[in-house]
Amino acid sequence: MVERADFESYYGRPIVKAPAWEATDIAGYFFLGGLAGAGSVLAAALQAGGAHRTAAALKVTSVGSVGLATAALIHDLGVPSRFTHMLRVVKPTSPMSVGSWLLAVYGPVAGAAAASAVTGRAPRAGAVATGGAAVLGPAVATYTAVLASDTAVPAWHGAHRELPYLFAGSALAAASGAALLLGPSAETGVARATAVLGALGETAADHAARRRLGPVAATLREGRAGGLMRSARVLTATGAALALLSGRSRAAGVGAGVALLAGSVCTRFGVFAAGIASARDPVHTVGPQRARLAADGASAAPD
Amino acid sequence: MSSAAAGAHRPHGEPAAEVPDPASDSGYPDPPDRVGFFTDTSVCIGCKACEVACKEWNALPADGFSLSGMSYDNTEALGASTWRHVAFVERQVPAAPADGAVDPGGRPLLGLTPVVPGGEADAGAGTDAGAGPAGSEIRWLMSSDVCKHCTHAACLDVCPTGALFRTEFGTVVVQDDICNGCGYCVPACPYGVIEQRPDDGRAFKCTMCYDRLGAGMEPACAKACPTESIQFGPLDELRAGAARRLDALHEAGVSEARLYGHDPEDGVGGDGAFFLLLDEPEVYGLPPDPRVPTRDLPRMWRHAAAAGLALLGAVGASAATAARRKGSA
Repeated sequence: MVERADFESYYGRPIVKAPAWEATDIAGYFFLGGLAGAGSVLAAALQAGGAHRTAAALKVTSVGSVGLATAALIHDLGVPSRFTHMLRVVKPTSPMSVGSWLLAVYGPVAGAAAASAVTGRAPRAGAVATGGAAVLGPAVATYTAVLASDTAVPAWHGAHRELPYLFAGSALAAASGAALLLGPSAETGVARATAVLGALGETAADHAARRRLGPVAATLREGRAGGLMRSARVLTATGAALALLSGRSRAAGVGAGVALLAGSVCTRFGVFAAGIASARDPVHTVGPQRARLAADGASAAPD
Repeated sequence: MSSAAAGAHRPHGEPAAEVPDPASDSGYPDPPDRVGFFTDTSVCIGCKACEVACKEWNALPADGFSLSGMSYDNTEALGASTWRHVAFVERQVPAAPADGAVDPGGRPLLGLTPVVPGGEADAGAGTDAGAGPAGSEIRWLMSSDVCKHCTHAACLDVCPTGALFRTEFGTVVVQDDICNGCGYCVPACPYGVIEQRPDDGRAFKCTMCYDRLGAGMEPACAKACPTESIQFGPLDELRAGAARRLDALHEAGVSEARLYGHDPEDGVGGDGAFFLLLDEPEVYGLPPDPRVPTRDLPRMWRHAAAAGLALLGAVGASAATAARRKGSA
């Protein structure tokens, strides 16, 4: 911590305010949104490849996740009836407004895809809904990274280029985990590959985010966030390794599924906790801004 | 180069840069002058009349009685029920040769009391000063902080309901009947101003006394300030006055004086409430180089789109590989 030496603050008080969001509601929402969105993409691919049982299971997972996610968002408002204000305007400058409209469209489409898959009715409409959910799914999985990074929270805004890839990788690992957990062994071919790709993507983005954040990356290593991020790394790596073995062993598939889902939960709660920690310590607000001013001063022509 | 230094280098008499007009940008056809606050902390005496007047006029809930240990600051920070906050900074500095004698710009510069180790002035606040090196004194900075009413306001940008809006005066106000308590504005603000009230979850902040402005009156805090540390008026006039005040202080040898939030080129497009400070911004709990997070929003969406496509590509490639294997098997 080089920057701590000459760092000044007002009695050590934070400069920016950490969000008052409950971790279970909002980090939970990040996880569930990722599971739902990536699950819709994976379900469409599996259905196209004839893996109908796993596809149906993922469709149900998606609609359940997005339902729970919406409930978490509404719970965090305190007064549930105020949720309707969210659909009062369409505001492109607000990722939360964009996300609310996205959920308002994605939820029913994912619901229709699941209903058709479970009941077997209206297969053509079900196929259209499956495709629609697969198109909207990536947006549902990644917009939450924009939601977090469009703030003054140092660990989130500082990683605004990397966070969407981290969330996409984590979402794909989670959805692949659900497929390995819920689908029959004969249908795990695609999910085994996507589990590894998701885990690799998440790991690479996490590495890039830490490099970008510099001293602020300490918030991803220390305290509650550090524990969660280390658990996420172990769980995701274990899940990806077990996924490779799951073609022959159903037990390995179940283990891979549980590990990947738990890893994704830890990643989202870890990123969330790192953001809170970075907002609470003024060194993470002042340090990068002072470094920026020094860099601007160095690049500008001297007086 | 810091914005403070940029202000310090402005030549005498040069008019302030043109004031951005966020009210027109927000669609008001013929808005009145953009108004704002210029808080000149060099004449703040820490009386907290602004805090009290704000609480009274806006009927804000009490904060309770607690002692923070932060000098005379028991308010601690701006928040949902604290829309003016007087900061008190005590620190030891080398004794100045002349103290409090200058009278620049026709305004009295109130003196800083030198602490004589072991002397009478040492009895109270100076206990830690007494241990300091000889020839040092306590410098006591006071500053009344407030919502900056940014030209590019993050709280307003990210609000999903439209509860936060730009007024015809160029200020930023929350409509409490529209706010749904999502709390997004709280981490969005680069200054940590706006906050949710824990009892009902909705967000509150300074309105620059929107009700009083509409009636042609000045905000309660400016009205109550006994030293004109808080000045209210059209922003271009305030900026011109602030530039003169800064020059006068520099001529009087107060080289540490600098403006903060006055520059339309800064990361928030300039503040509707700007300051004259006597030390670095972070000493007062202000960010040294604030930026509105939404200025990076297009890049964030581009990366999110690329990440979404990568997700689609990963699944597509995996499915294609599996299909090929199945076909060859």
